[in-house]
Amino acid sequence: MAEPLLTFTDRGIYCPDGDFHIDPWRPVDRALITHGHADHARDGMGRYLATEGAAPVMRHRLGDIRLDTVRYGETRTVGGVEVSFHPAGHVPGSAQIRVARRGEVWVVSGDYKVEADGLSTPFEPVRCHAFVTECTFGLPVFAWRPQADVAAEIDAWWRGNAAAGRASILGAYALGKAQRLLAAVDCGIGPILTHGAVENTNAVLRAQGLMLPDTVRVTPETDTKAHPGALVVAPPSALGTPWARRFAGPGGAPSTGFASGWMALRGVRRRRGADRGFVLSDHADWAGLNAAIAETGAERIFVTHGYTAIFRRWLAELGYDAAVVETAYEGESLDADADESDQGGQNAPSPREDLEKGL
Amino acid sequence: MKRFAALFTALDQTTKINPKVAALADYFAEAPEDDRLWTVALLSGRRPKRTVTTTLLREWAAARAGLPLWLFEECYPIVGDLAETIALILPPPERREDRSLTAWIGEIRALSALPPEDRRARILAAWDVLDRTERFVFNKLITGGFRMGVSQKLMTRALSRATDIPEPDLAHRLMGDWSPDTVSFETLIRAPDPTVDLSKPYPFYLAYQLDDGPESLDGPPAGWAAERKWDGIRGQLILRGGTHFLWSRGEELMTDRFPELARIADYLPPGTVLDGEVLAWRDDAPLPFNALQKRIGRKTVPKKLLTDAPVILYAYDLLEWAGEDRRALPFVERRALLEAAAAEVPPDAPLRVSPLVPFDDWPALAAERARSRDLSAEGIMLKRWDSPYRDGRKRGDWWKWKVDPLTVDAVMIYAQQGHGRRANLFTDFTFAVWDGNQLVPFTKAYSGLTDAEFRQITAWVRKNTLERFGPVRSVKPEHVFEIAFEGIQASARHKSGLALRFPRMARWRRDKPAREANTLADLQAMLAAYG
Ligand SMILES: [Zn+2]
Ligand SMILES: [Zn+2]
Repeated sequence: MAEPLLTFTDRGIYCPDGDFHIDPWRPVDRALITHGHADHARDGMGRYLATEGAAPVMRHRLGDIRLDTVRYGETRTVGGVEVSFHPAGHVPGSAQIRVARRGEVWVVSGDYKVEADGLSTPFEPVRCHAFVTECTFGLPVFAWRPQADVAAEIDAWWRGNAAAGRASILGAYALGKAQRLLAAVDCGIGPILTHGAVENTNAVLRAQGLMLPDTVRVTPETDTKAHPGALVVAPPSALGTPWARRFAGPGGAPSTGFASGWMALRGVRRRRGADRGFVLSDHADWAGLNAAIAETGAERIFVTHGYTAIFRRWLAELGYDAAVVETAYEGESLDADADESDQGGQNAPSPREDLEKGL
Repeated sequence: MKRFAALFTALDQTTKINPKVAALADYFAEAPEDDRLWTVALLSGRRPKRTVTTTLLREWAAARAGLPLWLFEECYPIVGDLAETIALILPPPERREDRSLTAWIGEIRALSALPPEDRRARILAAWDVLDRTERFVFNKLITGGFRMGVSQKLMTRALSRATDIPEPDLAHRLMGDWSPDTVSFETLIRAPDPTVDLSKPYPFYLAYQLDDGPESLDGPPAGWAAERKWDGIRGQLILRGGTHFLWSRGEELMTDRFPELARIADYLPPGTVLDGEVLAWRDDAPLPFNALQKRIGRKTVPKKLLTDAPVILYAYDLLEWAGEDRRALPFVERRALLEAAAAEVPPDAPLRVSPLVPFDDWPALAAERARSRDLSAEGIMLKRWDSPYRDGRKRGDWWKWKVDPLTVDAVMIYAQQGHGRRANLFTDFTFAVWDGNQLVPFTKAYSGLTDAEFRQITAWVRKNTLERFGPVRSVKPEHVFEIAFEGIQASARHKSGLALRFPRMARWRRDKPAREANTLADLQAMLAAYG
């Protein structure tokens, strides 16, 4: 009897027939990568295969790697197995990876969201027999509002602060969330400043043709008083540090906000101690996960990270053949990022460090 | 409800004090008088009686959202708040309706007269016309425990700003046994009549913790009075109009729980208010706190308990005498009045004056403090002789100098995810000590680490899980923590045979290998010495 098309090993998701791994967390010879976040694209693989849209960030982060690229929807044959990459809508260039052998189709979702964010190629459901899915926000308490509503909330907050002579510092991950926000806010309200880690990613994405509004990189020399009423976009770890306190204006200390799916929970919002929490995630909410899974038509579902045990039970009750797979993927972490980079100081963390934290 | 929900949002959206006070003061200036009064009531811990059980609310909410109950029950501990969980899972409202806070509270209270089926219909109808924040507020009103991130102190400050009545006066007016049914905004706050509520207590003065030792205090030792800090229940005994009332610090009326204190009224005149500690007492010494614990939480007391754990009031201050508020007098004069009054009470009546601890200099007092545990005291209280009796927690005049906690080094063996504020971190741990080669669990602890430490230990737990038991994970017995606690007692309910009071993590002992943690024998020795 043939082995399953995909197996789950302590190195990552493995295809025995094709002899390749998907998003491995330990060194392997051949790695197919869903997207450039640090828990999915790691150092030390012999060869990489990723989408054209994901490649620049991966090169920027991982340096001189042996990386081959594909377009969305383009089919490659790897060791007798058909593989293709399909939009996951998570961040620019992110993909679900489809693997097919003699009519049997498996799809690995990587991270995904189903709402179009105006920047990433929107999520496309892919029919399959087995679907390997994340479930970071796999609880019915997570129900996102449309991005336009959240952007309007952020605009109102920014406008109010600007009128009161306060800067607005918005914490958002350096790859994906930050650019999504830049593209969504009303840049007529005031100048937009960026932390070095965000700006480095901006540069990479602009170079590959993404349209972002004008931004000003904050450096140790930046005169923060010269940009009254600014929106400052920074990685979450920069909030609450001396770096952020530099932006005190005539209206006093800057107002701080966070954009994350976790902000849906009042308790988490309060723990982070920001003035405002904006509920915005690059992962699917409960309804999004359920819709995405239904649209694959798959009967077998493997859940990789998030509220896996609960979500698996829910799927099993709906009649799916569902299983939990232990992986090293981390979902939308609010905390892992802060450990190493709470270095305060005027020096921005290096872009590579920050991308690694900015899952 | 829109206006009240907007207030809630404004308070919730900032961690800074001034904007909170400003938002509240605006509300107190604008809102209808009934809503204002209810807001004061809610923010001082007075809430409508619960008219629906939380079990029913969970069932109704899950059904309305089309979810199985087990899934709701899984979400609740992760969100950490029932009202919020319900607000989050319900589908968006179908239409909107704006009714006042008072009207919604009236609706909730009216439920008690209805059969269960009608209650359900009313609640579902309410959920259908409220948005997410309003639903959260509405659910909080039903389930109680409304906090809103505003202390009574901040609320009083905002009310003072909106009414121009000084804060200490307001603090006093807001004390005691009132509800929006018995008072109006006018009679409670603007023009109070002192004869209406004979039971009304004074705001308690609360001591600050002394962290740096008494040398850090202002002035020479002679300016300070020292007493022992007793481990009882803080209480205010009010003798007025021929009857008596006993209030707890949490503003709960405890009169009926401690009926023996009624005798004090036989010897002291009406118009007397005493502040002190209710202690279980025998043979001229306090009994351990667990003797008193049996009396807490009982509305009435069986005879046997009255003889097993009789209580006294250990008085340490006098707030009212001959019907006059004496709080502005210096402590030295209040204390003299107290001693003179107590001299009229026979020794077998349940009143004593908490004795002063004489001392000449700070080292002498430190030596007295070191004896605390032997005397069943928690440490030393320091009060400035020339200070008035203030309200609330104010720095400067009263200090508690607690005895150092007991500590033990223990190995973490189980971890559980936190909830609410710490939903995505591992924060609840079980600790064990060695019994030969076995690790015996003896306590749980979930506070004392910084957020950064919780993040580190969370990452470690994820990588070092041995087994999962529902939400609990067993982890490699590798990390040692210093557990601090206030007391230890024998317990048949625990495998280790003992239970700790107020255990918390004092330090992460990264320097210590697990093998060097304390043993069960060490704990048993502590139990023998302090239990
Ligand atoms: Zn990702
Ligand atoms: Zn991920």
